Amino acid sequence: MTPLVEIENLHVTFRGERTVHAVNGVSVSLAPGEVLGILGESGSGKSVTLKTLLRLLPERRTVITGALSVDGQDVLALEGLELANFRGGIASMIFQDPGLAFDPVYTIGDQISEAVMRHMGGTKAGAMIRARELLERVRIPSPERRLKAYPHELSGGMRQRAMIALALAGKPKLLLADEPTTALDATVQIQILLLLRQLQREFDMGMLFVTHDIGVAVEVCDRIAIMYAGQIVETGTVRDLIRDPRHPYTRGLLAANLHGAVKGMRLDAIPGAPPALNEAPTACPFAPRCASAIEVCSKTLPENADLGGGRRVRCHLASG
Amino acid sequence: MHPAAHPHPDELKALAEKSRAVKLLPNADRGGPATPLLSVTGLTKHFPLARGAVVRAVDGVDFTVKKGETLGVVGESGCGKSTTARLIMQLLDQDAGEMLFDGELVGGLELPLKEYRRQAQMVFQDSYASLNPRMTIEASVAFGPQVHGLSKNNAITRARDLLAKVGLDPARFAGRYPHELSGGQRQRVNIARALALSPRLLILDESVSALDKSVEAQVLNLLLDLREAFDLTYVFISHDLNVVRFMSDRVMVMYLGEIVEIGPVETLYAAPAHPYTRALLAAMPSMDPDRRTEEAPLAGDPPNPINPPPGCRFHPRCPFAEALCCAVRPELSPVGEDGRQVACHINTPGARHSKAPPALEIIP
Amino acid sequence: MSAATLPPVAASPGYWAGVLTRFSREKLAIAAGIVILLIILAAIFADVIAPADPSKASMLRRLKPLGTPGYPLGSDELGRDMLSRLIFGARLSLFMGLVPVFIAFVIGSLIGISAGFFGGRFNTLVMRTVDIFYAFPSVLLAIALSGALGAGITNSILSLTIVFIPPIARIAESVTAQVRGMDYVDAARASGAGSWLIIRAQVVGNVIGPVFVYATSLISVAMILASGLSFLGLGVKPPTPEWGLMLNTLRTAIYVQPIVAVLPGAAIFITSIAFNILSDGLRSAMEVKS
Repeated sequence: MTPLVEIENLHVTFRGERTVHAVNGVSVSLAPGEVLGILGESGSGKSVTLKTLLRLLPERRTVITGALSVDGQDVLALEGLELANFRGGIASMIFQDPGLAFDPVYTIGDQISEAVMRHMGGTKAGAMIRARELLERVRIPSPERRLKAYPHELSGGMRQRAMIALALAGKPKLLLADEPTTALDATVQIQILLLLRQLQREFDMGMLFVTHDIGVAVEVCDRIAIMYAGQIVETGTVRDLIRDPRHPYTRGLLAANLHGAVKGMRLDAIPGAPPALNEAPTACPFAPRCASAIEVCSKTLPENADLGGGRRVRCHLASG
Repeated sequence: MHPAAHPHPDELKALAEKSRAVKLLPNADRGGPATPLLSVTGLTKHFPLARGAVVRAVDGVDFTVKKGETLGVVGESGCGKSTTARLIMQLLDQDAGEMLFDGELVGGLELPLKEYRRQAQMVFQDSYASLNPRMTIEASVAFGPQVHGLSKNNAITRARDLLAKVGLDPARFAGRYPHELSGGQRQRVNIARALALSPRLLILDESVSALDKSVEAQVLNLLLDLREAFDLTYVFISHDLNVVRFMSDRVMVMYLGEIVEIGPVETLYAAPAHPYTRALLAAMPSMDPDRRTEEAPLAGDPPNPINPPPGCRFHPRCPFAEALCCAVRPELSPVGEDGRQVACHINTPGARHSKAPPALEIIP
Repeated sequence: MSAATLPPVAASPGYWAGVLTRFSREKLAIAAGIVILLIILAAIFADVIAPADPSKASMLRRLKPLGTPGYPLGSDELGRDMLSRLIFGARLSLFMGLVPVFIAFVIGSLIGISAGFFGGRFNTLVMRTVDIFYAFPSVLLAIALSGALGAGITNSILSLTIVFIPPIARIAESVTAQVRGMDYVDAARASGAGSWLIIRAQVVGNVIGPVFVYATSLISVAMILASGLSFLGLGVKPPTPEWGLMLNTLRTAIYVQPIVAVLPGAAIFITSIAFNILSDGLRSAMEVKS
């Protein structure tokens, strides 16, 4: 089966007052209908990777190299109308803050029907009916009334649902989720996670789910990729990764998530802080914080070792 | 040593001894070990809005914090946990209710406000907004001691001591400004600032919530070590139930300005008594790929604390709500043997709720 | 323990060093600053650099064009050397631009900071009073006040000061209200500090920058208003050289010697634009959000 998303050796560098090497050689693929979680801390490059897939980064100060294809299309080559059709039609995105997706001066119905017409064509009346259906699909109660509501009139969880409906208006094959539940309360977060899981199956979409929260990733993902300093350091199925983390950073993250922590006992915390990424890493970027680092770790960049079963680890110790 | 690592616990203890020697005035135990460090009764704060609406942010809250314990406070947005923190810190004036600190009335003759503020300190969520951008971090930490009469030099010396204790090498960091530090480092500064007056009570209001997980773990370790070294009592407020479980001895669950349940952390997490506590715990991601959450425990968003519903405030979302719940506000009352208190009619013996246990016979 | 016993720590460049670095990138603002500096120097050393006595009239050499020997910028309606009068005129024009704004900056900041910090009824009382003044267009208010107080330099400065206090107080009040809501102010209060100490140690340093930037943007307005008052006969009295007054007395010559007649206006224009550009540069160097 051809993958829905294929990322080959992606590098993203921001130029400006200071240079930031945000993504440093990411290769990953996503099968149709699969959910891949991209897990990392702030500055790990997870959001940048996602935004690159929709070409949302400021073009003038971003240097992108590598190959990116979504549904067989070369994303980096898209221009003008093609790019506009791609965004929302093939791949669409949901954000942490629905304010980014909605214009405050138009009603929810206007904005969703507009997106429907944009990608599906048809009349305004037909698009409005479709918009209402979409609101039902995301389980918004009394959708008729919400169509006429403005974004600020909805509660946080409702706004998040409406944003998902907007993202689904063009029947995308790929849904990019950038921390969509981070700002929500726990009882609302789980509702949105379950909704996304369900919609992903119903619409048979592939989904890239960026989050900093392992628990959230476990709830929605089939596979997880752990990012650190602009690289994917470990990939595997959720089960493998949670039960048998191989990369020392993954182990540290699990410990920090209080996975199996004993109350009041000091945590096995990763010391230090992530590197600044003013320069692209030439050795293992995690080595300075790694308890099991050996000499080679601070000398050369580890290869992506394939351990079989879809398991890949970027660590000198794992590749033997 | 790693820049972000703090001294070993034993070292920290020695440093703590030393700092007690140069501290302003002893913040000694006054009420005896059995007196709660903080005892709050009837604490209420309403914010009036236009057109007669009232935000009942905190509405008649009673609880105690024992000496040396960590009381976790959990709840969703609008539950009043942050307002409670600001009331405890007296950054807001309560509309009703009073607080006893080690048996003495806060703001009374025995414990005037300025004196109380040496005993209780707070660490805020936003590490950047809680540091003055125009002050070096040593100046920020030294500010409190200077307010309480320490000379500038002594205060700065003390600030550097504390920075060392929280894992920031003073020679490198003391002269820096907040924007030159990472979020985790800034939160260490905020902790040092809070400790500068040798308080006995530390209120941690979502203090680790904005940090990355690996940094959060470091700061949690620091808080554990400091608690030991300085004999601190914590009120630990967080929306993260995992972190609260890890840090706390007892947990207080708030909903729309009221306490719905309070009790020891292990039993409360293992067997939550209030339907809301149960829902909150069930909403936690499972961390087990084979036992994913299949059903959301609650529908909809947490309601707004403006004009909350009558009776039990949770009744519109509660699966067990009956007529009684819509009419009568359940009192926080003891349940079981573990010192748990719950505000739910189901747990009140003799209540007119179909699930309530029968009334206890009163033996004269 | 004395200051000597404190071991040195790595000092940080801090905020002002950053301001300097950012300002050094503002080429236009630096140019404007140089222009202002030159005008100020010219005003200070007017006695030395002015080629002639600014009040020496000559009925024979009235309204000479530019480039006339002995009159590089021509002469005015009384045959006085324009260049010398412009140089000497800079003294009063700058003075009238800077002094009222400075006094208003001090008083307006005091009013605004205390109103913003204490809030409540005190804020309402102070800010509504300020609003009454603010409701009048500044030109009208300046003319009305000067008219009521009578002509003269002191009265002009007084009326301009009164004109500028309300806008500065409003800015100071709104910035202070923002700062007051910051957690570091709460943290200071939680340390037991009283209101005045908090204002002095925590608030002023964070409020004064934006207010200062705003005040510098008022200098050009003050210069134009001061010139306007003089033009209307409500400010400086002849024969004192002052740009606004010169513009007035030369207005009848606009058809005879138009270039000479607009020179004082050009001086006012260039100086006020320079102050505005400098102010914009300071705004971005100090990272003040409008």
